[in-house]
Amino acid sequence: MVTYVVRRLLVMVPTLFVVSILTFIIIQLPPGDFLTTLAAYSAESGGTIDASAMESLRRQYGLDQPLYVQYASWVGGFPRGDFGYSVEWKKPVGELIASRLGFTLVLSGLALVVMWLVAIPIGIYSATHQYSWGDVGLTTLGFLGLSVPDFMLGLVYLFIGVFVFHAPVGGLQAPELEDQPWSGAKLLDLTNHLLWPTLILAAAGTAQLIRIMRGNLLDILGQQFVTTARAKGLPERTVVNKYAVRVAINPLISVMGLQLPNLISGATILGIVLSLPTTGPLFLHALINQDIYLAGTFLLMLSGMLMLGNLLADLMLAWVDPRIRYD
Amino acid sequence: MTDVQTPRTGAEAPPPWTYPVDDRLTERDVISAEDEKRYSTSQLAVIKRRFLANRIALVGGLIVLGFYVVALFANFIAPYDADQRFDTAIYVPPQAIYLVDDGRIYPHILGFTLTTDLETLRRTYTADPTQKVPLEWCVHAEKYRLFGLIPTDVHLFGVPGRESGVFLLGTDRQGRDQFSRLLIGSQISLTIGLVGVTLSLLIGSVFGVASGYYGGQIDNVMQRIIEIVRSFPAIPLWMALAAAFPPHWPPLQVYFAISVVLSLIGWTWLARQLRGKVLALRDAEFVLAAQLAGAGDARIVFQHLIPAVSGHIIVVSTLAVPGMILAETALTFLGIGIRPPLVSWGTLLQEAQNIQTLAHFPWLLMPVVFIASAVLAFNFLGDGLRDATDPYSIV
Repeated sequence: MVTYVVRRLLVMVPTLFVVSILTFIIIQLPPGDFLTTLAAYSAESGGTIDASAMESLRRQYGLDQPLYVQYASWVGGFPRGDFGYSVEWKKPVGELIASRLGFTLVLSGLALVVMWLVAIPIGIYSATHQYSWGDVGLTTLGFLGLSVPDFMLGLVYLFIGVFVFHAPVGGLQAPELEDQPWSGAKLLDLTNHLLWPTLILAAAGTAQLIRIMRGNLLDILGQQFVTTARAKGLPERTVVNKYAVRVAINPLISVMGLQLPNLISGATILGIVLSLPTTGPLFLHALINQDIYLAGTFLLMLSGMLMLGNLLADLMLAWVDPRIRYD
Repeated sequence: MTDVQTPRTGAEAPPPWTYPVDDRLTERDVISAEDEKRYSTSQLAVIKRRFLANRIALVGGLIVLGFYVVALFANFIAPYDADQRFDTAIYVPPQAIYLVDDGRIYPHILGFTLTTDLETLRRTYTADPTQKVPLEWCVHAEKYRLFGLIPTDVHLFGVPGRESGVFLLGTDRQGRDQFSRLLIGSQISLTIGLVGVTLSLLIGSVFGVASGYYGGQIDNVMQRIIEIVRSFPAIPLWMALAAAFPPHWPPLQVYFAISVVLSLIGWTWLARQLRGKVLALRDAEFVLAAQLAGAGDARIVFQHLIPAVSGHIIVVSTLAVPGMILAETALTFLGIGIRPPLVSWGTLLQEAQNIQTLAHFPWLLMPVVFIASAVLAFNFLGDGLRDATDPYSIV
């Protein structure tokens, strides 16, 4: 098991290296740099930046160096926890993104938990009551959840919030509570503001998990060891919960690895729609303004999160399924 | 391959099995006409029958077909141009069509009167039962080119005169008819997925088939490449690439660039799927037979393997289209996708970005209904196709 973990971790290093190069190329793709954006903004508002000031700014931020030097100095800072400097916010990138990455992680993690808690019981119900009204209804609902993407659900949620609750529901905290000290009411408000984004984020994944769980369990309930278990007189509950479900859950773990990118993507875009402090809004802003180190670090960190998540999913699978461990 | 256990007819006790000594048909080898028909049914016919038996998939397929037919004739069905503005009809709510008037068939809509609240400056439109505007078929209005070729000015329906209009789904902040914009926007939104999937298909099948067929070092390198591409989360990567398009690019170029960007991740999924399939088929007897008959790699791949996995290719690409439609919508919604003057469903959703406008003009959320139904229909169709071609697949 230890060698397996070590091997997987070692494989991640070159991948991360290539990913960081690709990230750097992608964020360098747009023509011009942050300073041209800055110049365009000031031209819009009537002012101009003269050429010598541009030149000195460019030198100050190292934008005049060849690309590989810029890349090396960016990557070279990583071990020290230095992810570059955001020219737009005039702050180190690390300071800007830590809380946002953390929140993205919390939101995705919560959504993951909700997905499993909701999907497994429903999947079991659907499989044991195949073609019943409940099954048909839940399957349809699942399909609907799969078809309406997060950000549209977010829009619908905003809409309902305004119409039904007559209050803006975006953000993490009601505006009037923002500056108050921590209290029960504030905590409740925060929970409320977190609950719905989590559910929205979990919707598509839940639908997918239900479908897989239902299919798997149906498959397994038809196998001979289940028939044997029934034949020797075990109660149906035990047959389903102790025999079939335990085997049917395995594929869900490998699916989890496939769902992580969706969760991270979803948290990004949902954050923009609902103005949540995820990576989304700041990332989009940085991309549009060519704040390259900020944008690049976001992209790299999100990829890193994805890779770590996949590793965890694989480890979990190896933990529950010995056939993989000894491979 | 010969079937050793040929089915028998009749209920008599089976004679002890003996090896056929000559190639004359013995009585127990004779099969009934019914069985004969069942055994000689082609794979395609079986797939077709399974698909047609699946009601939900059939409905999904018809809806998808409907969407594309409407998109093809969008300019004709839409009463107005996507950018035609009605200065006197800003944020008009959806209008209902009344078919009957005084017991006779007289399709009409009600005109509206505008009242402005002097305190809040809010404009309200109220339907006016005294103003009955008749709906007419095949009216002459704005000029356009049908299919981008045939110049004409005939629209399926409309109201005579230019002072008032018919707004089935209301208008937006510039007084543009949302129904027309939705139809015309569907041309972009529905095709960008197809273009993207076609591109992913090209890259994905080359990678997948080569990877599965050759195996070894080639497979290893290709799998590493796929792994690296897949370690980027899709939407953030798409955002980064879409934000890189220079603002001076013409809209059509942006359209193609976006479909390229969408297929950049899409192909990996297809490649993985095909690799698995080809890997399983590589050692099948028919490939061995082709090899022994002296067929080259190219012939085996194009004549034997690709046809064998074509069902799977179709299924996977059908299931990939809705994701691409959604991705285009999301990018455009964020302001880094399709740009005006092109109209897509994402452009329409941009109008609904603001909570305040959404609260006052809820019909701006209508694109969500269109997008969701298109995606749902595609999913049902893809699911049905998968069940029909490969009932044991779990993907």
